[in-house]
Amino acid sequence: MTDTTMRDFKSDPIVHTPSPSLPPPSSSVGVIGWMRRNLFSSPINTLLTVLGLYLIYLIVPPLFNWAFWNADLAGDSREFCDSGGACWVFVKIRLTQFLYGFYPEAERWRPNLAIGLGLVALVYCLIDGVPWRKWVALFLLVLYPFVTYFLLSGGVFDMPLVETSKWGGLLLTIVIAVTGIVFSFPIGILLALGRRSNMPVVRMLCVGFIEFVRAVPLISVLFMSLVILPLFLPEGVTFDQLLRALIGVTLFSAAYTAETVRGGLQAIPRGQYEAADAMGLSYWKSMRLIVLPQALKVVIPALVSGSIGLFKDTTLVLIIGLTDLLAMVQLAAADTGWIGYVKEGYVFAAALFFVFCFGMSRYSMYLERKLHTGHKR
Amino acid sequence: MAVNAQDAAPKAALLYDAKFRSILYQIITLVLLIGFIAFLATNTISNLEKRGIATGFEFLKHPAGFGVPFSLIEYSEASSYGRAFVVSVLNTLFVSACGIVLATILGFILGVARLSPNWIIARIATVYVEVIRNVPLLLQILFWYVGVLSALPTLRESINIGDSIFLNNRGFYTPLPIAEPGFMAIPIAFLIGIIATSLVSRWAKKRQEATGEQFPVFLTGTGLIIGLPVLAAIVTGFPWTMEYPVLKGFNFRGGFVLIPEFAALLFALTLYTAAFIGEIVRAGIQAVSHGQTEAAHALGIRPRPTMRLVIIPQAMRVIVPPLTSQYLNLTKNSSLAAAVGYPDLVHMFTGTVLNQTGQALECIGMMMLVYLTISLSISAFMNWYNARIALVER
Repeated sequence: MTDTTMRDFKSDPIVHTPSPSLPPPSSSVGVIGWMRRNLFSSPINTLLTVLGLYLIYLIVPPLFNWAFWNADLAGDSREFCDSGGACWVFVKIRLTQFLYGFYPEAERWRPNLAIGLGLVALVYCLIDGVPWRKWVALFLLVLYPFVTYFLLSGGVFDMPLVETSKWGGLLLTIVIAVTGIVFSFPIGILLALGRRSNMPVVRMLCVGFIEFVRAVPLISVLFMSLVILPLFLPEGVTFDQLLRALIGVTLFSAAYTAETVRGGLQAIPRGQYEAADAMGLSYWKSMRLIVLPQALKVVIPALVSGSIGLFKDTTLVLIIGLTDLLAMVQLAAADTGWIGYVKEGYVFAAALFFVFCFGMSRYSMYLERKLHTGHKR
Repeated sequence: MAVNAQDAAPKAALLYDAKFRSILYQIITLVLLIGFIAFLATNTISNLEKRGIATGFEFLKHPAGFGVPFSLIEYSEASSYGRAFVVSVLNTLFVSACGIVLATILGFILGVARLSPNWIIARIATVYVEVIRNVPLLLQILFWYVGVLSALPTLRESINIGDSIFLNNRGFYTPLPIAEPGFMAIPIAFLIGIIATSLVSRWAKKRQEATGEQFPVFLTGTGLIIGLPVLAAIVTGFPWTMEYPVLKGFNFRGGFVLIPEFAALLFALTLYTAAFIGEIVRAGIQAVSHGQTEAAHALGIRPRPTMRLVIIPQAMRVIVPPLTSQYLNLTKNSSLAAAVGYPDLVHMFTGTVLNQTGQALECIGMMMLVYLTISLSISAFMNWYNARIALVER
């Protein structure tokens, strides 16, 4: 008889204690595991990873060397650019022209003040829960354009007049973009409402305008404002070149805004319109209080991407002879003392545009998350 | 009393009657519009008289007197303005068509790459899309034109491949086949190949529905479309001669030349639009619920057919409408040719021709008409395609 058979099971029960789990194999956790899952999960994936790394090797180190490692920033003439990389000296000495165009040096505090004022008001409006937010927004939309106009062009309060032909560089780019965005917004909303109106004449007019403008390129609209507008005006009335471009850009952008807003209007359930009618609200009140707040919220991402598009499209004014940022780069590159350094200018302009557009797109993503009130799944 | 009140109400409130007001508003709008147009018209007529410009399309018959660096049809300085117009329209269409094809291919690759399980590939695609989308197209065109293509070797130092292909900063030169009698057999064979393929695919579909047997339609189709023209070429004894570019004086003569203006425009348009198409494709694929993939796998369908038969057909419904507007954008953006001097509709017709003749109204009108036609045709085609692939609801 062995020991086990004699065992008293009641007083000494066998408790099964599972041995502790082994740690996962080192190849499936940590950096190695991540790499196995994301980079080398199959032969094809491994090949793609190698190709991708090779592509990065081809592009990134030379680019880094060109833009930073071998670049020249010190000095103030072409002779200082001898290390074979990018010659940022070119950008450095032209910087004020890239930013202000031919705006007189003594008066540059005016655009600085105008843009600073706008930026402060804008940032203030973008922060949640600050007092007087509504009034600051109203100032920004109603008063600020006039303040800016008088600040920039002068002629009042002892400020010398600065002709619009001297505005240029990034300043002009911002002026055109902001004017286009601000003015095209109300026009676009009106066009969108007109397109959904019950009145056939108004509807056809709006459809005709929107479809016509959307079918032709911006450049042709700008050309039109350049060659056709003087023909349309009575004799003696002349328009500022910048104003013509602004009208073209605004009308062009209004047609696109209208289509975006129309999408939002269509996304609002019929019940909302009917409820507004049932409350006895007039057409404009029901639009202002019930329909548009909901419709615009839906289309904010699309509106921002439209604004980004408009910001990029402002470069087209260089074709009709205005000196925006890109045109200033072109002009600077044509300088005989700096032949061959146009690439640096383009990269600088591209970086500026990238910062603006990328910032706007990130903000719109944030806004989308914040405003989404649970309608989406 | 009650009857009286009802009778009186509409009379007192004629101005508050919705129908009456609507008609009134429309009449006011119409009157204002007509007045505005009349105002513009009188101004225009008096302005035109003052400048001594005769309106009308007579000028299209006059000789243009300027040359173009790139033309798909026969054109010389003695050709008329009308011919110049046709050249410019064809150039616009040519660069747009090339751009649409290339941007679609690159865009689909990018869209799939952004969703790739491979981390590096997905990151590269993301960086590409973000950088390209946030930089103005005009800047990109100028970058390619001024920054890259002008850095190519000069005429004397052309890159020479086998004395037939040359690359320098004036363009990319390749031999051009010149048709000889009997050449028409090849395009005809190509057409027959396409028709035969569509017939085969129809028959294969019917057979598969009846018997469940599959037929390698893709391979057969490729064989027919490529094989038949090759066969035709062999049978007719290669009915063409090659015209080689030869350096004569200050430039190459003969052969086919791709000018740098065209290359810069095409490069920039393709790369730019592809970034947008990539985003559209990514959104379209992501819009197909994951349950579809799981259901397909549960049915035992392998990953590749799942993609081809389940995911892509559903994604296409989401992709096609925004893709249409990208195609339209690309066509309209081709007008940026004006910045580099590719002779397209805007640069050549509303630029050079308008400046020479002063016929602003006619030139701008014709240009807008052409763009309207192109836009409407692309929309119509894509709407037809969209309707074909749309969900058939019972």
